[in-house]
Parts: sequence; C-alpha cells; structure tokens
Amino acid sequence: MQTNVLEYLENIVTKVPEKVAFANEEMGLTFSQVFEQSRAIGSFLHGQGLYKKPIVVFMKKHPKTIVAFFGAIYAGCYYVPLDDEMPRHRIELIFKTLDPGAMICDETTLEMARNFNYDGEIYLYDDIAGKPVDNQALMEIRDHQIDTDPIYIVFTSGSTGIPKGVMACHRSVLDYIEHLSEVLRFDENTVFGNQTPLYFDACLKEVYPTLKYGATTYIIPKQLFMFPLKLVEFLNQYKINTVCWVVSALTMISSFRTFEKVKPEYLHTIAFASEVFPIKQFNIWREALPKARFINLYGPTEVTGICCYYEVDREFGLDESMPVGRPFRNTDILLLDEHDQIPAPGEQGEICVRGTSLTLGYYRNPEKTAEAFVQNPLNDIYPELIYRTGDLGKYNERGELVFLSRKDYQIKHMGHRIELGEIEVIANMYEAVGSACCLFDNDKKKIILYYTGDVSPKDMAAYIKEKLPRYMVPNVIKQLERMPLTPNGKIDRKYLMKCYEGEKA
Amino acid sequence: MEQLLEILSELHPDVDFETEEHLIDNGILDSFDIVTIVAEINGEFDVSIPAEELLPENFNSAKALYALVERLMEE
Repeated sequence: MQTNVLEYLENIVTKVPEKVAFANEEMGLTFSQVFEQSRAIGSFLHGQGLYKKPIVVFMKKHPKTIVAFFGAIYAGCYYVPLDDEMPRHRIELIFKTLDPGAMICDETTLEMARNFNYDGEIYLYDDIAGKPVDNQALMEIRDHQIDTDPIYIVFTSGSTGIPKGVMACHRSVLDYIEHLSEVLRFDENTVFGNQTPLYFDACLKEVYPTLKYGATTYIIPKQLFMFPLKLVEFLNQYKINTVCWVVSALTMISSFRTFEKVKPEYLHTIAFASEVFPIKQFNIWREALPKARFINLYGPTEVTGICCYYEVDREFGLDESMPVGRPFRNTDILLLDEHDQIPAPGEQGEICVRGTSLTLGYYRNPEKTAEAFVQNPLNDIYPELIYRTGDLGKYNERGELVFLSRKDYQIKHMGHRIELGEIEVIANMYEAVGSACCLFDNDKKKIILYYTGDVSPKDMAAYIKEKLPRYMVPNVIKQLERMPLTPNGKIDRKYLMKCYEGEKA
Repeated sequence: MEQLLEILSELHPDVDFETEEHLIDNGILDSFDIVTIVAEINGEFDVSIPAEELLPENFNSAKALYALVERLMEE
C-alpha cells in the first residue's frame, strides 16, 4: 500500500524519465529533473537541520515552485505555498502563526522576502536545486515517515481577521488523488492546463495526478484569463485536453462568445469547482463541446480538496442548479439538522464529511479545529471525526446532493473562499473608521463594503489593497453617514442589502 | 469619456484612470474587472465588446478603452 505521495514520483521516473512533467510557455521540467531537483532540495534542507518544520515556498507561479514542494516533503518537512502577490501585512500575520523553518524564494521574490519581519533563513531555488543528493539521509527520513505526517499547509481566509492554516497529510492527499483520478479518468495521455493558484489546494488536481500517471501539466499565464481568445489559442497550441478550473474562468470564455471564433480542439474533460455554474453559460460550453465530459466538483479545503462529484448527464433548465452529486468512494456525506439529527428526506441540513480525506485540522489552532472537526454526533460508541463544512444542502428527488447556501458569512468570489468578516476586521483597523460591514451581491458577484468615518472611498481602497490579497478587495466601496443598526444594536445587514439593491436598480 | 471614467473609478477609487497607461501590464485590472467593465459598457453605451477585441492593448488605459468603445459605436 502506498503511504507517501513521493512514491508517485519515484515510480514514474523509472517509466518516463524524459517526458515533460510541469511546464509553462517558456520552459519545462522532465520527471527526471523533478526527481533530481526535489531530492537535492530535500537533502539540502535536511543538511540545514530542518525536519518536521514548515518550509515557506514564496515563488512566482512556475514549474520550479512545484518541485520546491516535493523538496520540502523529501526533507520530512511540510511546504507552505504563499501568494507572491499577497500584501506584506498578511504574510507577516501568517508568519506569526506559522513560525517558518525556512523560506524558498526565486529571483523575483527574494527582495520582497528580505523585507519581511522574518529572521529565518531564505534560500534561492536555483542555489539549492543543484546541491548534491544525500541518498542515505533521504532513506532514513523515509524510514520514519508515516502516512499521517503532514505534507502541506494552505492558508485560507479567517473570519476573525487571521488566516487559518489547513494542514493535510500523505494519507488524505493519496485518498483524494486516487478517487479524483478514478472519477475524472486521468491517464498518461492527460495534458492538464492549470488555472488555479499553486498556493491553494485546488492545484492538487493537476500536481499529483501528473506524477501518478506521467501526465503533463502546463501552467497557463494568469493574464490569459482576461483575454479569452488568447486563452483558447493557448489550449490548442499545447494540445490541452483536461482542465480543472474555477467556474469564473470557464464563464469568462463562454460569456464573450469566444466559441464563435475559436474552439478548444483537444479538450475532452472539463471539471469545475468552487462556484455554481450558471446554466446559461454552461449550455454554451456544452454546445461548443458536445462530446466532452463535464464534471461538477464540490468540497472544502478541510477535506483536502474535493469530496463530491456530479458528471453532467442531462439538460438543465435556466432556473435549475446543477447538483454536487455524490461522494467519492471511501468518503461519506452526512446531512445534519440544527439538532444534529438526520433531516427528513428532501429537507436541508449541514453537509458533513466522513472519510480518510479529512485533513489534520488547523495549524496551531486547537479551538477552531475542535469547532469544525467534531465527533460524529450520531456515534457515541467510538471516536470518529467528521468535518462540518458550514454549507447547507439537501438531496433532490434523484438522490443527488444539492448545495443550497452557507450557514455563515463565507463567500466564493472568483473561485476564492473568503470570509467577509476578515475584510470587516481589516476595514475596522483603519483608525478613522467607525464601523464597517461587508456584503456580497450574489447576482453580480460583487463584494460591497459599507463603512462610516472620515475616510474617502479612495483612501479606503488604497488602504485595503495594502492589507488584503487582491481577490479580497471589495468591488464597491461606499461611505455612510451612519451605520444602520437592528434593535439589538447589531449592524442591520438586511437593511443595508436592501439599500444596495435599491441603488443598483 | 466621463461616463467611462465613472465606471472605472467605481471599481478602483484609488486609481487615477486619466493618467494610468498600464492597467493590464501593472496588474491593476484583473479578470473580474474586465468582465465588470465589459458589462457596464454594454449597459451604458449599448455596445458589446466582442472576444477578438478583448486584448491587453485595448484595456491598458481609459483612453484606449474609450477609443474602442467609439469605434464599436460607429460600426
């Protein structure tokens, strides 16, 4: 039985050493280069005395970034990918929780990294990827590794203003990759076009199956996702046949009637996640690629990535929403009502997940971990953890799981998971601000910030851009004379939403 | 031009759209902005921007974008 994700690499490098594994429009790394360089990095980190420590990978999106991940795992450490465009404030906030063992940078991020409030070691990828491999040391590390050892931490938005680090282990990733691959039918001919950032779990869909099957992943330049015609031309140029993208990247193509000019010629598998696919846009895709398979994926970072899937097998009306379907093998879904009981058929409940794909929880945050990773309330006989997603769902008459809404103020914006509370905390930190409230316009997918205080929207926008990643910056910023309150003295979100809707109309 | 600047400023109040000429190259606009801008232009000017006009050079400055809108309105 496989117990380590690196076994994928060690197996495939004996079969197709000279095939390109990870590439962008400028260069590519073969499996043997990935193998050599990741082992060199692992040996080097080990030589520095790093073991079971978080290794921050702070690099631009690049094939080498992925190799740095494997390097950290070879050293018996775990990688922590960070967005190179994330503002310094948020990175330092993450570092406070993390206490990194070391940081791996590239030429483009080195200067920035040196300016952080961080006194640990910073290594340049190109300096350490050619170091000698210490076989003996790597074997000893492997001898002590077990499948519940962590391999990465990804940071996700936290409602208290502090990002939460979700920590996954070999076992959860293996379980996820095996079952995802089975459903999406990846093989050695798969050519992935990667869209999702490397600093979230979403990229696992390409990274590990590439190793498992000896497939190839092309990293698509981010800018192309603004220019659909060029994007489709890229897919054709590199003969990309499989994509696992966020919905907004797909609708970007369909909504501009790109298919009237050019169609993706090789694409046969289109998986999408993170948001509900508007049926009108979906139908444009299906009409353009009638022979392709379309698969809706659902799942939170806390269960390693995806836990449910639905392969489109019928037509949908414009007012219908696509189900998230059924769980992967070896994963089970429980719906629980407010009394922690199973709701009546067709009634809604919180979507809870049972399975090996559950991650280890939140890094250095036992309170938040205990809130979300809980004992199965239906089982008082032996210890059994489930993950409470905070998503509300129900089963339709076909027995398919359908996502309905959130229990809290978490939203999905351009595929990113965002706690509106985190934006509010940041806005409230601005000295002149009296109070702040963030809303989400689900129709137009806009984040709206209302605030009171002697700050112009212009200054507020500039301030927020310094503190939060780009995708969390509100799309509409409005200054108010007074914040509307409920009789209990809380911010009246419903009234604010009505005001916003009124202005929009 | 006034209307266009208003649409842009609403999206990014902190950016000086009259002078900025590298909205794409400097990463000021992202894909969400492009979608929003195209939709707003459609509403305000009643022109739809076709896929082949979605090019970095047409979105790098307010001036270039306005030129595109004018050209499309004439067609």
